[in-house]
Amino acid sequence: MRIVIGEGSCGIAAGASKVHKAIEAVMTANEPFSLGSTGCIGMCFLEPIVDLYDGKTLLRRLVKVTADDAVSIVEAARSGDLSKVDSITISAEDEEFLNRQTRIALRHCGLIDPVSLDDYREADGYQALEKALKTMTPEQVIEEIKISGLAGRGGAGFPTWFKWNAARQSVSDTKYLICNADEGDPGAFMDRAVIESDPHSLIEGMLIGAYAIGACEMIVYVRAEYPLAIANLEIAIAQAKKANLLGENILGTGFSCDMRIKAGAGAFVCGEETALIESLEGKRGMPRLKPPVPAQKGYMDEPSNINNVETFANVSWIINNGGEAFAAMGTENSKGTKVFALTGKIRKGGLVEIPMGKTLRDVIYGIGGGIRDNKEFKAVQMGGPSGGCIPKELLDTFIDYKALAATGAIMGSGGMVVMDESTCMVGMAKFFLDFTALESCGKCVHCRIGTARMQEILTRIVKGEGKDGDIELLEELCEAVKDGALCGLGQTAPNPVLTTIRYFRNEYEAHIKEKKCPAKECVDLLTYSIDAEACRGCTLCAKKCPAHAISGAVKQAHVINSEACIRCGQCVNSCRFGAIIVE
Amino acid sequence: MCQCNCHGPKSDLSLLDDVLKEYAGSSSNLITILQKAQNIYGYLPKDVMYCIADKVGITPADVMGVATFYSQFRLTPIGKYLIMSCQGTACHVNGSERVTAAISEYLGIGNGETTADGLFTLENVACLGCCSLAPVIMINGEAYGNLTPDSAVAVLKGIQEKEGK
Repeated sequence: MRIVIGEGSCGIAAGASKVHKAIEAVMTANEPFSLGSTGCIGMCFLEPIVDLYDGKTLLRRLVKVTADDAVSIVEAARSGDLSKVDSITISAEDEEFLNRQTRIALRHCGLIDPVSLDDYREADGYQALEKALKTMTPEQVIEEIKISGLAGRGGAGFPTWFKWNAARQSVSDTKYLICNADEGDPGAFMDRAVIESDPHSLIEGMLIGAYAIGACEMIVYVRAEYPLAIANLEIAIAQAKKANLLGENILGTGFSCDMRIKAGAGAFVCGEETALIESLEGKRGMPRLKPPVPAQKGYMDEPSNINNVETFANVSWIINNGGEAFAAMGTENSKGTKVFALTGKIRKGGLVEIPMGKTLRDVIYGIGGGIRDNKEFKAVQMGGPSGGCIPKELLDTFIDYKALAATGAIMGSGGMVVMDESTCMVGMAKFFLDFTALESCGKCVHCRIGTARMQEILTRIVKGEGKDGDIELLEELCEAVKDGALCGLGQTAPNPVLTTIRYFRNEYEAHIKEKKCPAKECVDLLTYSIDAEACRGCTLCAKKCPAHAISGAVKQAHVINSEACIRCGQCVNSCRFGAIIVE
Repeated sequence: MCQCNCHGPKSDLSLLDDVLKEYAGSSSNLITILQKAQNIYGYLPKDVMYCIADKVGITPADVMGVATFYSQFRLTPIGKYLIMSCQGTACHVNGSERVTAAISEYLGIGNGETTADGLFTLENVACLGCCSLAPVIMINGEAYGNLTPDSAVAVLKGIQEKEGK
């Protein structure tokens, strides 16, 4: 038997390393089982996860494991009596989270040891590379990708074959293939999961792309905030070099290509491809004017092609199974599967990979189990700061590039942040504008000044200082920034504002006209009081209040001094009788 | 020797020798050099940036431009414990603002500041990628999830106790 611990970043954050150490501590020298680790299986809501295998067969999946469970896990593995771990075994309902998915980009995540080349090879690893190098011309590879309909998974959804072909057509001895792993969209973490949990699949996908365009070097631009991803990829690159899968004369085919990692330094705009190139060249990451496009003149002024991690993670599957098998999934204009990072007020958060064409409802309710704490679904933010929110009425929208764009949101890189009735939509728009205004590189006026002005207006609205005409002014600014900004960051920055105005205009109006926040989130607009009927005079709230704003005698109704109240909400959390009224 | 005229504390520039030997050949390595320098010194002291400019063959303004563009780089020393407070979307909808405010109030420092005793630095960061544990803070690489204002302060108190403060 094998005990395998899920040690991706989420798992570790939830305590997987402690579980690992605890199991090691109770193991003796000659155990009849082995202990290993794997990456992230994407069921973040159940971390830490420990799997018990017999060979390749999964016997038990143990969830929310703590260090205290180490003894029973080891005993179960020793004796084969799995009833010892019944209490921490995954429920049938939670198993559906994975059963309802179709995994291509994530096919190995959480199943193989990320830093074992043997594991990857056993899972058909590097067969696609061998097939491409030995039996296909670069043009045939591009044709297969064209048949598959694979489009850029980083957000723009541009056909991958088209970019590859353009780079192939550019004449130069030196071409670069770059992987954009600067996953900056707050709320998206699928790229991290792929690199951490299946780094060889990224290397293989990139090698096939490099062969197709004729690149001599591959560079992976990874966020510095992803130390584990960088570490695992470094190990995988070293293994691949040793096995002649990277470097000179790969697999004896005459094709040579090297690979290196460049750690980003924290700038959201570097997700834009020309800004990323500037950053690779050691400069401030500010976008370039296009044309020339990178396929003509990119990194070091040489033809370069840039794709996202998830895009590359699909490539070897497509070469192995054929473009048609990939294109058989999805809709007319969106083929294959897409990975989403499901977070926010959702019951079961994690990574979800499904064929295009499913509905948002399938993902949020079918897989994610709906909203936490029995609250009402309000909206889902798709595509992060560049995307928009989609309200309840549109939950049956298909996951498809065009259908999502029609709502005002975008597919984006796959961040799906679910919001419930307690999330203020004006506050949400402000949150994103705070982000984009901060991350605007400052090169073009529309983005630099436009986002700052929008942020100012939104700030005054949530503070209760909104004026008549602010909504119209915001709309006008949004259009100007969309039209005038140089790069994708600025062009899409208005999306969260436009969609929240479009679907939740009433919330804006309530803030501006009535100085009320319907979601009761904007602290400046709230008033706290105590319902004298419900209050039992237990004094708990008065003791908890950090501003000493609550007074009253024992067993007498208490009163809040609204002048002194800082609206922190501590009294609400402490009251056991529901006597605190927030308006 | 570096041509640094600044009056700040002098850093031991010899610690940079290996990094510069490997990377100073091309200005395209500037970000890598700054990252490694920050690993050595904990932040980017002024004389270190002058030295890098000199060895790479670019102006100090070029180095400063890059150092101030990327959020990873710090121009002031940090405390013993670096608190990274996640400002990602998932953390936001799960109440990160209140958690950050509680930390700020308890320690008496704002974003980017260090406590007078040099124990804590608070830094608001973009998504840490542990969205399902939101709201999350990370202290010296260890993540603390599902926080409330109270539990976040309790974590800090635990560290203070350990440090005998």
